Amino acid sequence: MSRLADAQAPASDPTSPLQAGTRAPDFTLRSTPDQSVALHDFRGQPVILAFYPADWSPVCGDQMTLYNEVLPEFQRYDARLLGISVDGAWCHMAFAHDRHLQFPLLADFEPKGAVARSFGAYRHGDGTSERALFVLDRDGVVYWSYISPVGINPGADGILRSLDAMQVRRKAA
Amino acid sequence: MTMDSPLLAVPISERDHMLGPANAPVSLVEYGDFECPYCGRAYPVVEEIRRRLGDRLCFVYRHFPLTQIHPHAQHAAEAAEAAGAQGRFWAMHGTLFENQHALTDADLARYAAAIGLDLARFTQEMEAGIYIPRVREDFLSGVRSGVNGTPTFFINGRRHDGGADLKSLVEAIVHATLPAPAIARGARR
Repeated sequence: MSRLADAQAPASDPTSPLQAGTRAPDFTLRSTPDQSVALHDFRGQPVILAFYPADWSPVCGDQMTLYNEVLPEFQRYDARLLGISVDGAWCHMAFAHDRHLQFPLLADFEPKGAVARSFGAYRHGDGTSERALFVLDRDGVVYWSYISPVGINPGADGILRSLDAMQVRRKAA
Repeated sequence: MTMDSPLLAVPISERDHMLGPANAPVSLVEYGDFECPYCGRAYPVVEEIRRRLGDRLCFVYRHFPLTQIHPHAQHAAEAAEAAGAQGRFWAMHGTLFENQHALTDADLARYAAAIGLDLARFTQEMEAGIYIPRVREDFLSGVRSGVNGTPTFFINGRRHDGGADLKSLVEAIVHATLPAPAIARGARR
């Protein structure tokens, strides 16, 4: 677990993620070397955006591996999961293949970190995205956002709580 | 460990596999995967903590198989449950962690025989998959509790975000169980 990264982040530029109620900025990113995914493709469905610093985290329980196992739960809410890092599409392909990931990893590669920046989830000192979660409602509005200490995998409990709450809100409407 | 680490969503109960008294002052819950090398390394650490704390510790093991990266983890978890149904959960638990690199179905049956299970019953239950729901229940309770990899430990109900080595776990247990004023005194030194 690296605390060093935190210490190196410029103090004048604290990361502030897009807050609940904000419309998520649209984007189009490569999911493979020859395919792209646009956020607006998923309008009408809850979307989970999981920004993470880098592919190839050296532990069994890395965040993307965990979410891969939890995918059937996310699908019960009709939610789509998108992983995003500044790694390139070829790197994502190798990583997804190695971990048997069943959801897209998007390459926020050129201009580097542009989407992370637009969500307030970029680590300027490190040149990577934060470990940041955004749960978007069916209209593409942020319902919940969270930035985890970069060395701590935030787990999936916060995502599931948000999906629960959104479902309750929808039924009440 | 930070004060906002997630809390155990499903409290310890009689459904759990438990070593030590349920009302012990320290509870340690592990979400683990029998094929995970980090869990394998944590196994002797937990054994040592159990040895040191004796009856002051209640240790609970719950399943969190990462099936996409560990192809044998799910069946291994089910085998532990099948052993549990015959009163031999912990014998199987130890055997699996001591033999992490040999967890095929044939290996599991071999261990079942070695620890004295009724092999016909074991095989029938494994083939019928009757412990799949139980393993999934454990997994989902872990997800709801903020389990973020394997192994994940909860000390007195709060997720331990430090290492799974002996020193980190012992320090976290001491910290979690000291009365608040003692911790404050320690912090001022």
